[in-house]
Amino acid sequence: MRSDPSDYTLVAPPSLQAVVALLAEEPGAWLPVAGGTDVMVQYAAGTLPLRKLVSIWNLPELRGIEVLPAEIRIGAGCTYTDLREHPLVRREFFLLARAAGWTGGMANQNRGTVGGNIANASPAADSLPALLAYDAELILVSVRGERRLSYRNFHTDYKKTKLASDELIRAICLPRQFAGYISYTRKVGARNAQAISKVCMAALGRTADGVVEDVRIALGSVAPVPLRLAETERLVKGKQIDASLLALARKTAAAEIRPIDDIRSTAKYRTVVAGNLVAEFLAKLGAGAPAA
Amino acid sequence: MTGPLERPTPCELSLHVNGERRTVHVYPMERLLDTLRDRLGLTGTKEGCGEGECGSCSVLMEGALVNSCLVPVLQARDANIVTIEGLAAGSELNDLQQAFLQCGGAQCGICTPGMILAAAHLLHKKPQPTREEIREGLSGNLCRCTGYMQIFEAVAEAARRRGMATP
Amino acid sequence: MKNDRIVGVSVLRKEGRDKVTGQAQYVDDMTLPGMLYGATVRSQIPRGKIKNIAFGSGIAWDEFVIVSAKDIPGKNRIALMANDQPCLAHGAVNHPEEPILLLAHADRHLLPKAVAAVSMEYDPLPGVFTIEESESHSEIIWGTDNTFKTYLIEKGDVDGVWEKADYIVEGEYATGAQEQLYIENNGIIAAFDPQQGITVWGSLQCPYYIHKALMALCNLTEDKVRVVQAETGGAFGGKEEYPSMIAAHAALLAIKSGRPVKIVYDRMEDMAATTKRHPSRTRHRTAVSRDGKILGGEIEFTIDGGAYTTLSPVVLSRGAIHAGGAYYWPSVRISAKAVATNVPPHGAFRGFGAPQSLFALERHMDRIAQVVGLSAAEVRRRNFLRPGQATTTEQIVRDPIDLDKLLNRALELSDYRAKRELFAKENRAGTSRKGMGIAAFLHGAGFTGSGERNLSSVVGVEGCADGKVQVLVSSTEFGQGTKTVLCQIAAETLDLPYEKVEIVQADTNEVPNSGPTVASRTVMVVGKLVQSAALGIRQTLAGSGLLDGSYSAAEFGDACRKQVAAHGRFRSWARYEAPNDVFWDDARYRGEAYAAFAWAVYVAEVTVDLTTYRVSVDDFVALQEVGRVLHPVLARGQIAGGVAQAIGYTLYEKVVWQNGRMQNCQMTNYIMPTSADLPPIRVFFEELGNIHGAFGAKGIGELPMDGPAPAIVNAMEGALKLRFNSIPLLPEDILEALLSDSGRQSEPQPAGGER
Repeated sequence: MRSDPSDYTLVAPPSLQAVVALLAEEPGAWLPVAGGTDVMVQYAAGTLPLRKLVSIWNLPELRGIEVLPAEIRIGAGCTYTDLREHPLVRREFFLLARAAGWTGGMANQNRGTVGGNIANASPAADSLPALLAYDAELILVSVRGERRLSYRNFHTDYKKTKLASDELIRAICLPRQFAGYISYTRKVGARNAQAISKVCMAALGRTADGVVEDVRIALGSVAPVPLRLAETERLVKGKQIDASLLALARKTAAAEIRPIDDIRSTAKYRTVVAGNLVAEFLAKLGAGAPAA
Repeated sequence: MTGPLERPTPCELSLHVNGERRTVHVYPMERLLDTLRDRLGLTGTKEGCGEGECGSCSVLMEGALVNSCLVPVLQARDANIVTIEGLAAGSELNDLQQAFLQCGGAQCGICTPGMILAAAHLLHKKPQPTREEIREGLSGNLCRCTGYMQIFEAVAEAARRRGMATP
Repeated sequence: MKNDRIVGVSVLRKEGRDKVTGQAQYVDDMTLPGMLYGATVRSQIPRGKIKNIAFGSGIAWDEFVIVSAKDIPGKNRIALMANDQPCLAHGAVNHPEEPILLLAHADRHLLPKAVAAVSMEYDPLPGVFTIEESESHSEIIWGTDNTFKTYLIEKGDVDGVWEKADYIVEGEYATGAQEQLYIENNGIIAAFDPQQGITVWGSLQCPYYIHKALMALCNLTEDKVRVVQAETGGAFGGKEEYPSMIAAHAALLAIKSGRPVKIVYDRMEDMAATTKRHPSRTRHRTAVSRDGKILGGEIEFTIDGGAYTTLSPVVLSRGAIHAGGAYYWPSVRISAKAVATNVPPHGAFRGFGAPQSLFALERHMDRIAQVVGLSAAEVRRRNFLRPGQATTTEQIVRDPIDLDKLLNRALELSDYRAKRELFAKENRAGTSRKGMGIAAFLHGAGFTGSGERNLSSVVGVEGCADGKVQVLVSSTEFGQGTKTVLCQIAAETLDLPYEKVEIVQADTNEVPNSGPTVASRTVMVVGKLVQSAALGIRQTLAGSGLLDGSYSAAEFGDACRKQVAAHGRFRSWARYEAPNDVFWDDARYRGEAYAAFAWAVYVAEVTVDLTTYRVSVDDFVALQEVGRVLHPVLARGQIAGGVAQAIGYTLYEKVVWQNGRMQNCQMTNYIMPTSADLPPIRVFFEELGNIHGAFGAKGIGELPMDGPAPAIVNAMEGALKLRFNSIPLLPEDILEALLSDSGRQSEPQPAGGER
């Protein structure tokens, strides 16, 4: 444990309003901490960039999943356990429920939050490809009020987002429009649990008479930010799925991603495996398999 | 708000540990792990990695399994915490502890407190878990000694006994 | 086997209750009044001269205790084998993380900042980081030729076999470093008193190793050094020699400050700075007859010892002796060497050289099978050692072991034949490939050759006035069941209930030196001495007329009470005596290498996923002959745990090196298997007895480390039809191999020609 607790301030304001007021007072000076599964690891390693932290754990305004006719709103403070266990998330947003289940072990799932996953902005974060695939929108909050953004380009560069220095993520909105879609998600890590992903994919698709009507392919750990494979989606939309399309899709996917060699894996491995996952998804889509 | 020359200050906070209300005077960023071990003398909870990977520091916080090395003690204010010391009722071991003892679930013992709490948490959520569910439920607790086989047997044995006990 | 009451029964672990209740006291659970915390300032470069040490601003240095090499009262060496390893670097460093200074302070939290504030200026020298670089002698970093030790084992006429051979099969095999990854990091508390001397408590395997090291370091006589083992959270060899270093550090700080000092490493420091398994390279060149029999061969076995000697000669020895495995070699030349590199010294880790050389051999046997056109099982059958035959060191196999039968049983238990047939069909299509692999091997228990004779272990058993019996050994418990089994043995021998026998905490003030807790010797060798000492108790009481042939526990207690009243403290001692018929020639490195071999056949079933290139082990059969199973639950636990660790060694655990420093020194990026990663590990035993072991037992702690790696890689070759000759094998490596293979135009030629 390489940090000295006496060097750090942590406050826990009782309401969201109080938290955003604090952030506005000194923008960029306070690091929000929810479940701590990222922040506290950095703290123990002595690498936290800030000495002042504000706890947003258990703020009632950030918990809870609101079910509306056209969308659900997931409080940014919902934990992975909350996501895994919510019947509607399991039924309609399988990619997200599944991703929540392979993050860490039970203990980290009980504390890690989807808001924290987004704000920490690691390209390897488990839930982010699912949010991209579902065309999530984020509700951000500050003293200036709320604003709603598409999640699509929320990540601007490695560990950088559109979040203003005094803003918090309040909720994640997912449109309830994926009935009848085929879901595919796979995480490739060094082991079956407690692993940071080497490649992570979340995909959705819908076909009619063998032709792709809609397809969404999102990948993590293959670029500085989590990615939607826009080119590959464009290539596949409107086409019949056959072997040559699969081969072309692999090539296009390989060109869209920007993986690196790092301590966990190699760019070559990530490229080949990403291509394999894309092909596996498209094959499943082409076979018209049920959502699973 | 702290000005540039102000030093962080410790605060007084209470938490409920193993059914007892305890009050400590601590820096808010002290890890719950260290509060339990160093201030409350509950050394049954262990530090194996300090990064939430090994699960040796697992405790129950409001009934949920958490890695106490990743919890700043301020976030545990007023919370109900259960550590390994809170499982046995006096001198009688609880059934999981008994099963671990009989099935060889503990070898060097360092992962054991966290492992037993993880098992307790699992059985609370899934009283009759399948082998797969046991595997998954314990996947955040690393054991280097046992290869997990006899740990699974211990958990299955405790579940079996509980299943027999309830009508 | 006779029907014993306690031996052979899975009695409850002696210290088990404390472990399941969280009462067990590990070193970081202990505090002493006035205790300070210590930390280590370490080298950031692999090799060079220290020009200057500066203490940065922002730290109240006058509050700290600071120790350098100059503060060492005795010799600045960690006494072990070659005495070449400094306790604190003085003037020069030879590996990253080498300790240079020690700091202590009452506030644990101030230490990381203080350590970071010490800056070193170096004149760096080029470092050497691999076996090949070391052999090239481009830099001489140790001695005259970078070589810690060599061994030559020769049997028969090796040079004459080549012209007789129908096949000459060559292969080169490599294994990587492996971190022991005990879940409890290294830790020691030391206290110094001018009258009593030094006392240390800690996480450790060998109290007397530390005792010896501290005597020389602190210039103290043996009565002024006391070492006490705390509950130890896993060791696996990683706490065999390293604790002497951390104990030395804590002791120096305690001497300088006059206060007790606790040093406990965090995970990053423990991984980066302490010992690991020796990486190895083995080259085989084997002369084989038309019908697949080994005629002879040359085996070159090389291990990377890191920057200082530590235990490399002994790891080398065991690896060299096991290099021929469970087969009959009419002739062989085994040339073994341990070389120096500028990395933290490598050290003991379960198996101790044998997993390395047996990996190579068992891969090589599959290679021979391919070249000759035999099945993996058949080539082994044709070469297995038989009772009466001599091993590579010319030790005659005395066990009535039938390896053919053992192999057949393992194949049956794993459904080997049927599965291979099924996989051959299924592997023609689909997104995964499956395979089965075999490893057959042996593991010698106890110290090699004259080692046990040299150790001259002593064990005591005490009859107490209250009727309890105490077992007095320096053998330590760290999960393997030392306390439980030694108490079982004593209880059985004395005809007492298990509950009446206790074992004293390993404390050099209280227990004799029964040797280190290593080499799978505790049950077999030390246990047999416990048996003798316990018999001594019975004999003395009988001789004093206090006890008849049969008695109750109460009568025994009564007899002890009277004995103590009449003669004072009542203890019986037993000292190791080498068997008359066991002879080892140290000069020619030949003879009876081990008092007993355990024998094993392991079978692995694997699936290689062609989408992710990940390998899963789906089923694992571990069948071994172990003399006698004294405690079924503990024995099964040892095998399962060892197999799990070896699966990690093969498929998950890779040390990423950069300039001699381990880069992935956290649990998040050094990957050991979780509960979700391991197969059902199915453990089976056979028992042939062992006259040299307590109740017929052989050592089994290390055996399970030897077989899984080659069994798994053999299975992977079966699945993919690709040769893998080094471990660890990560999915990235498998992908590379598949890509190179599909790039090749034709089938690779077998190494060495067919004649």
